[in-house]
Amino acid sequence: MTAFTINVIFAVFWVAVSGSASLLNLMLGFLVGAMSLGLIREQANGTSYLRRIGRILSLILLFFKELSLSAWRVAVLVTRPNMQLKPGIFAFPLTVDRDFEITLLANLITLTPGTLSVDVSKDRKRLFVHALDCSDVEAAKRDIAEGFERKILEAFR
Amino acid sequence: MNALITIITALLILSGSAFALIAAIGLNRLPDLFTRMHAASKAGTVGSGLLLLAAGLHADDFAILVRAVAGFVFFVLTAPISAHLVAMAAHKVGYKLDSRSVIDELAEDAS
Repeated sequence: MTAFTINVIFAVFWVAVSGSASLLNLMLGFLVGAMSLGLIREQANGTSYLRRIGRILSLILLFFKELSLSAWRVAVLVTRPNMQLKPGIFAFPLTVDRDFEITLLANLITLTPGTLSVDVSKDRKRLFVHALDCSDVEAAKRDIAEGFERKILEAFR
Repeated sequence: MNALITIITALLILSGSAFALIAAIGLNRLPDLFTRMHAASKAGTVGSGLLLLAAGLHADDFAILVRAVAGFVFFVLTAPISAHLVAMAAHKVGYKLDSRSVIDELAEDAS
């Protein structure tokens, strides 16, 4: 079922990259997308598209909000005359367990305020995150768990 | 309408280059590799993304705008991966965190 959504996204990317927004080109992109999906098929599970698309959109919106906030925070930090830094690496206990969810969460963490994912533990239960401000590790963990991780679980489960 | 697009383009270029400049300042001022990757991955991505959007808008051609947006999306997908790889490699070869660092659970895990 999700394969279809991915296929549509592929088709849109095809149109974007090849640069002509005609119906014929969209169909060609859909076909190429279907072929490439055929090569890597694995995920398949329930929940209706529409609800899932809505949740993915809300994840994307949250992401762009956090990205602009993040760039702003870095800007404020590096232009201050005396930088208030308390950097460190903490271990974030993962609830998500599928490879692509961990990848997505790690990417989102990297592009959000003050955090950068560094590594995943061997048993894939913990994600090591470098933060610019480690004065309150518990609050940082709670932010990630209640923000992105919850949204990812909603969108892909 | 044209004047509006010109003004928006100018604003995008200005803010994009401001973020690129901030990323560069951050690379210089922050104390160690890990904190530097913060500046490079965030301010850098936003800066180049805004510049791409400005180029797309200025072209006044939908196909080019869509391609610029796709470029931005690919930037967002790839920048965190490279930042993550550089940070992980640096930690593996034993690059020390800055002395102000308060916690390093990754080092505790490795030992």
